[in-house]
Amino acid sequence: MARTLVAFLSGLLFGSGLVVSRMIDPAKVLAFLDLAGRWDASLAFVMAGAVLFAGAGFRLARGRAAPFLDERFRSPECYAIDRPLVMGALLFGVGWGLAGFCPGPALTALSLGRIEPLVFVGAMLAGMAAHRGLDALAAARGRRRAHAIRRFEQARGG
Amino acid sequence: MAWESFTPLSASLGGALIGLAAALLWLVNGRIVGISGIVGGMGKAAKGDRAWRVAFVGGMLAAPGLAALTTGSLPRITIDASLPTLAVAGLLVGFGTRLGSGCTSGHGVCGLARLSRRSLAATLAFMAAGIATVFVVRHLAGV
Repeated sequence: MARTLVAFLSGLLFGSGLVVSRMIDPAKVLAFLDLAGRWDASLAFVMAGAVLFAGAGFRLARGRAAPFLDERFRSPECYAIDRPLVMGALLFGVGWGLAGFCPGPALTALSLGRIEPLVFVGAMLAGMAAHRGLDALAAARGRRRAHAIRRFEQARGG
Repeated sequence: MAWESFTPLSASLGGALIGLAAALLWLVNGRIVGISGIVGGMGKAAKGDRAWRVAFVGGMLAAPGLAALTTGSLPRITIDASLPTLAVAGLLVGFGTRLGSGCTSGHGVCGLARLSRRSLAATLAFMAAGIATVFVVRHLAGV
């Protein structure tokens, strides 16, 4: 229960940060990405402020074996700079540049009661589901192949 | 540079709030504030792993309301993209952030704060793609 409450507070802080910094506004985001036009550098300050404070938090946590309300820190365990990482980031960047929305601002903007964030978030969830589906297909194909190799080797050995 | 719309103070303050949100969730719950991961993980989340995700998104959704209570009006935003463009963009953002394991918050804020080379690579890639896309749409396609 306490963990759920902390998550709500963190979400509220996060969303408020998007509102205060105006990163919730796609026009502001696109002006930041428009280096060749009337460039608005403001979002660089959002990033700097966020990285600074998040960095302080991660530093504070370094001396601790576990977070206050759980048994362990759940950090990402992948370190490779591989093709899915770069391809995924590029696809995301194209979508970001088309709409001016990334996931956080789009979700927060749902409460403004307009149709556009709803369309974007609906499509975003569909894109996420598509990835999950393709991932499951690839995993099933991998299992079938491993099974076939095993049978082939058993047949050869026997 | 568009000086009249340059807002470094409110941007830094908002950024600080975002950083505090990330620090809080990590120090207390041991979780990364990565919006695409929090939302994308909802579907297949184990029983005890779903409530905090829903609560986090609930907090985000409450933020404009809180702003309206304190300032008297909902935040105003401008969306120039058409609905079909928004749909295509949403698909790309949803698929891309899951394939690339993160978005602006997970890679761009938490990853950089943790000095992750992987997140730095992802951040450079999505910023470059975003800048290139805006350049093509605004300056080449003539929209």
